[in-house]
Amino acid sequence: MTAATPAAARPRRDRTTLYIWLFLTPTVLLYGAFTIYPIVGSYVYSLTDWNGFDASPSFIGLANYREVLADPMFWSSFRLTLAFMLFAVPAQVLATLLIAIVLNSPRMPLRKLFRTALFLPVVTTTAIVGVVMQFVFDPASGPVNLALGGAGLAPDGVDFLGQSTTALGTTIGVYVWKWFGITLVYWLAALQTVPHEVYEAARLDGAGALGTLRYITMPLLKPFLVIITLLSIEASLQVFDLVLTMTNGGPFYSTEVIEVYIYRWAFAATVPRLGYASAAAVLFGLFVCLVGMLQLLAMRATRRTRGMA
Amino acid sequence: MSRRRRALRRLPWWIAAAVLAIGCLIWIYPFLWMVSASLKTSAEVFTKGLDLLPGDPAWSNYERAWVEAEFGKYLLNTVIVTVCTVVVVVVRCAMTGYVLARHDFRGRRIIMGVLVATLFVPAGYTIIPLVDLSQKLGLLNSLTGMIVAMSGAANVAAILLYFGYFRGIPKELTEAALIDGAGFATVFFRVMLPLAKPVTATVTVLTFLSTWNAFFLPLVFTFSRPDLRTVSVGMLAFIGENATDWSGMAAAATISLLPVVALFIVLQRYFIEGIAGAVKS
Repeated sequence: MTAATPAAARPRRDRTTLYIWLFLTPTVLLYGAFTIYPIVGSYVYSLTDWNGFDASPSFIGLANYREVLADPMFWSSFRLTLAFMLFAVPAQVLATLLIAIVLNSPRMPLRKLFRTALFLPVVTTTAIVGVVMQFVFDPASGPVNLALGGAGLAPDGVDFLGQSTTALGTTIGVYVWKWFGITLVYWLAALQTVPHEVYEAARLDGAGALGTLRYITMPLLKPFLVIITLLSIEASLQVFDLVLTMTNGGPFYSTEVIEVYIYRWAFAATVPRLGYASAAAVLFGLFVCLVGMLQLLAMRATRRTRGMA
Repeated sequence: MSRRRRALRRLPWWIAAAVLAIGCLIWIYPFLWMVSASLKTSAEVFTKGLDLLPGDPAWSNYERAWVEAEFGKYLLNTVIVTVCTVVVVVVRCAMTGYVLARHDFRGRRIIMGVLVATLFVPAGYTIIPLVDLSQKLGLLNSLTGMIVAMSGAANVAAILLYFGYFRGIPKELTEAALIDGAGFATVFFRVMLPLAKPVTATVTVLTFLSTWNAFFLPLVFTFSRPDLRTVSVGMLAFIGENATDWSGMAAAATISLLPVVALFIVLQRYFIEGIAGAVKS
């Protein structure tokens, strides 16, 4: 707009501004109320003693934090959350890469069908899968134990979800199974970005299958490795649905990840302690934030090396 | 001779395919087992164990799950909540992404900053204040409340997808429409939104999956209103009350999973592209 037509330009710009904010209103209201407010609100609530949504909170300073940090159960749930991430993410990211490379080859027969089968668990509801898995791993009549018994491996049946030594591992296994397909599709999308001509050229230059993989595919996939790992890490920190329905945090709290710990204090206790649970939630939020920040740094670092190459 | 050599060269691929085929069967075995158990009588579930074929299909399991366990109602609740949430999320994210991508205004940088900073927010972190606020607004214990709260949950990725897409559309296009006398809303709804169909497909699929499969929020929103449960919450309640009814459990699970699995098989391309689209950008 030039200065020559200020009278005509003014109302139009005002109207545009009005529209801009009109378009933003739903997000500002909904996102503000149900995401931003809870993030900020957690901090305020974490400083209170508050025994239920109908009760009124009373300010008690940092007492909740002192108590949470002194609770061995909190640290145990923190360790379990970390363990979940450390076992599930590498298993998921590397195994899917391997399968994706095989499925990406045009010479592989039935590859579409395999992709569909491996992706299927992703679309199913986690909470329902968790319940079904309780039965699948049942020590007496579940199909897993029947198969093990039939093969003569464990005639007495293994109580996978009923003993603390195997419950976490089984849950992690089901988690990897459940979300395998999503990482697989990420990798397939990444592999699609490598043009076919590159493979052709490598073949003409006499590179074998392994040579192509080592010197062509892998370097091109590196930036994707970072992104896919980040997405998998974020996902592995949110396993509430699966854990609550498969084991309910048990047996003896051996699968109680932080989210379940928060849920137990806020919703499952006879006298809920919402302030205390908020304090645990804030600590969890800070931890996720820290992980996210490390990831951004890693992303920036890979971008820099890519820029130099 | 050369044909035999070619066949020989393909042999490793066929071996790999055979191994994968067995793997995939084991992979989807839990679902096969579930469907099979849903058609067995309670006694058969235990006696026939690994045998997937039931004697006479026991349809009464479905009747029990649909009527007595009220999975018909739960399924309807889930459909209502999912459809409404998807519509609200798509419209609101498209509008926000459009405005942020194509217009410069005061506060734009702040909004962008806040959105990016909250890209990953775990549900367990925000649930307590969210429930408190919903109760004060009278939204707790209602499907409307569930829809409102879920539409307001973190959908930053969707906004960013629209943002990236609208950024890439050449300026001439909107200018031509503006010269033709189109207003702000017309440009968006008639020109921009139809252009963004691929993004809309991605956002629809991702929101559909996350809403249909949601558990934490529907769980705490229906504590005192069992009739408003979604299928995922209903499932947990069902085995809480009927821990020994294996075939009923399997029927209820099949009812809950079948619609989404069928949708996936039919619209597979959109599902796969939708997920792939999230990592490409």
